[in-house]
Amino acid sequence: MKKVFQRPESLTEARNHYCPGCSHGIIHRLLAECMDEMNIREKTIGICPVGCSVLAYDYFNCDMLEAAHGRAPAIATAIKRLLPDRYLFTYQGDGDLASIGMAEIVHASARGEKITVIFVNNTLYGMTGGQMAPTTLLGQVTTTSPYGRKVENEGYPMKMAELLSSNEGSAYICRTAVNNPANINRTKRAIKKALQVQEKGLGFSMVEILSACPTNWGLSPVEALKWMENNMIPYYPLGEFKVKED
Amino acid sequence: MDRVLMKGNEALAEGAILAGCRGFFGYPITPSSEIAEYMARKMPKIGGVFVQAESELAAINMVYGGAATGARVMTASSGPGLSLKQEGISFIAEAELPCLIVNISRGGPGLGGIQPAQSDYFQATRGGGHGDYHTIVLAPSGSQEMMDFAIEAFELADKYRIPVMIMAEGTLGNLMEPIVMREPVLNKVDKPWAISGCQGRKPNIINTLHLGSEELENRNLHLANKYKLIQAQEKRAESYLVEDAELVVVAFGIMARIVKKAVVEARKRGIKAGLVRPITLWPFPDEDLRQAAEHARLFLSVEISMGQMIQDIQLALAGRVPVEFYGRIGFTPNPEEILQEIIRLAAREGL
Repeated sequence: MKKVFQRPESLTEARNHYCPGCSHGIIHRLLAECMDEMNIREKTIGICPVGCSVLAYDYFNCDMLEAAHGRAPAIATAIKRLLPDRYLFTYQGDGDLASIGMAEIVHASARGEKITVIFVNNTLYGMTGGQMAPTTLLGQVTTTSPYGRKVENEGYPMKMAELLSSNEGSAYICRTAVNNPANINRTKRAIKKALQVQEKGLGFSMVEILSACPTNWGLSPVEALKWMENNMIPYYPLGEFKVKED
Repeated sequence: MDRVLMKGNEALAEGAILAGCRGFFGYPITPSSEIAEYMARKMPKIGGVFVQAESELAAINMVYGGAATGARVMTASSGPGLSLKQEGISFIAEAELPCLIVNISRGGPGLGGIQPAQSDYFQATRGGGHGDYHTIVLAPSGSQEMMDFAIEAFELADKYRIPVMIMAEGTLGNLMEPIVMREPVLNKVDKPWAISGCQGRKPNIINTLHLGSEELENRNLHLANKYKLIQAQEKRAESYLVEDAELVVVAFGIMARIVKKAVVEARKRGIKAGLVRPITLWPFPDEDLRQAAEHARLFLSVEISMGQMIQDIQLALAGRVPVEFYGRIGFTPNPEEILQEIIRLAAREGL
């Protein structure tokens, strides 16, 4: 019998801890498939964040380092500079990247560090129980915005792809979503493109991926995908924001 | 042997390069900036990496990443910067990554001033960040030791897989003295734990998260055992005229050189004074102090702070000999005022 579908070699056999309907599993798989297809697993070093994906070092079948909250781009910078022929990715959530790690991500992008950032935007802090993040939408209820995020109190949700695309050092910036098969395929193409941009040494690359958090949104997995489509995508438009040609 | 005139900060930087340091990640701060400037000039010429980080936090995390590859890497800063680096130092200590962290120290608290000081002693010797950990802390007292200790720091760091700190007062960073250049360190340490891509082996993971109770305790026990081993093997001190000393002065770094002069002058006046200079601030050389205490009636801790090392002296002596304190901050005590303090205490004790 011919095997037509299997676990990518770049994922370990560990059972992941993610909630039902969480997008991390899909995104892990897409990244791992890209690593397999580019045959770079043994030359890849991943940096995982503090957040729900803190345990990603158990799931990716390559050298991994677990960073302090928000600091992954600084860590990846040093590793890439010392080992320039390796592939570096950071895997970061929105609290990690857009709040406590804002300085590190902006400067890694400004310096044009040849790393690939997988930015998982699910509009809140998942692991700590659903607190407000810089990406929480206006009106969205979280445990620390219990009356809904208000402009007067919390200001506006941050658009990281747009922000980082203004840096000259950014070579590829794209925002995708994993709410349906078409968008999942687009996400994979974007991740591969980002890794290829890194391979060519063009500069900094990031794929911001709109993701579902049914647990903390208080929705079923199917409702969560609908919520993403109806609320997140209108505010966070999908597409390529920066493509530096070689 | 030919000697060259070098500023302490540059001697330290050159010592690090001789030790094989090929990554420097820093953020400017007085009085440590010459180290970064020296590395910015040198690193590109020797195939090394220099990155001026966006913050002290980023700088120490670059050290975290750099050390994880197995390369010899370092950073340098001063008080306010070291405070910011503590998060990263805690992670590096837990991940057991060898590296060099330099504190060219100045006065605090807060922004404090840029005068030389030793008031980061607690921060340096107690770990400094969150969790149960230590760094080895070396305290040089001249330009030659700035170079020699930089080399020694990398050797110790690799031997024990531990971050090593050099704490030197701003005076030492800026002091120019003739020094003997050392030979480059050529032996390479095998680091099978390093992350460099998993070609031909299983993936390596560098991680500081331990969610299970047993796993967390085992990690802490492992680190505690390592610290006990370092305490057993690496305590260093210089003792001067202590064999018959009735009054033992304890001072480290530049302060020890100044105290030495006061001790010589006190001897000329018939006061049996001696000096112990801790070279490792952690592990603290308590046995050297106990040996010096044999004939001692009184100890005196002289520090450029409001009194921090005195606590380690008291712990070492465990009440056997009383310990007095003399310290200033903003100023460095001079030989004459230390001599006067020795004379005052000797007269009071009838020594």
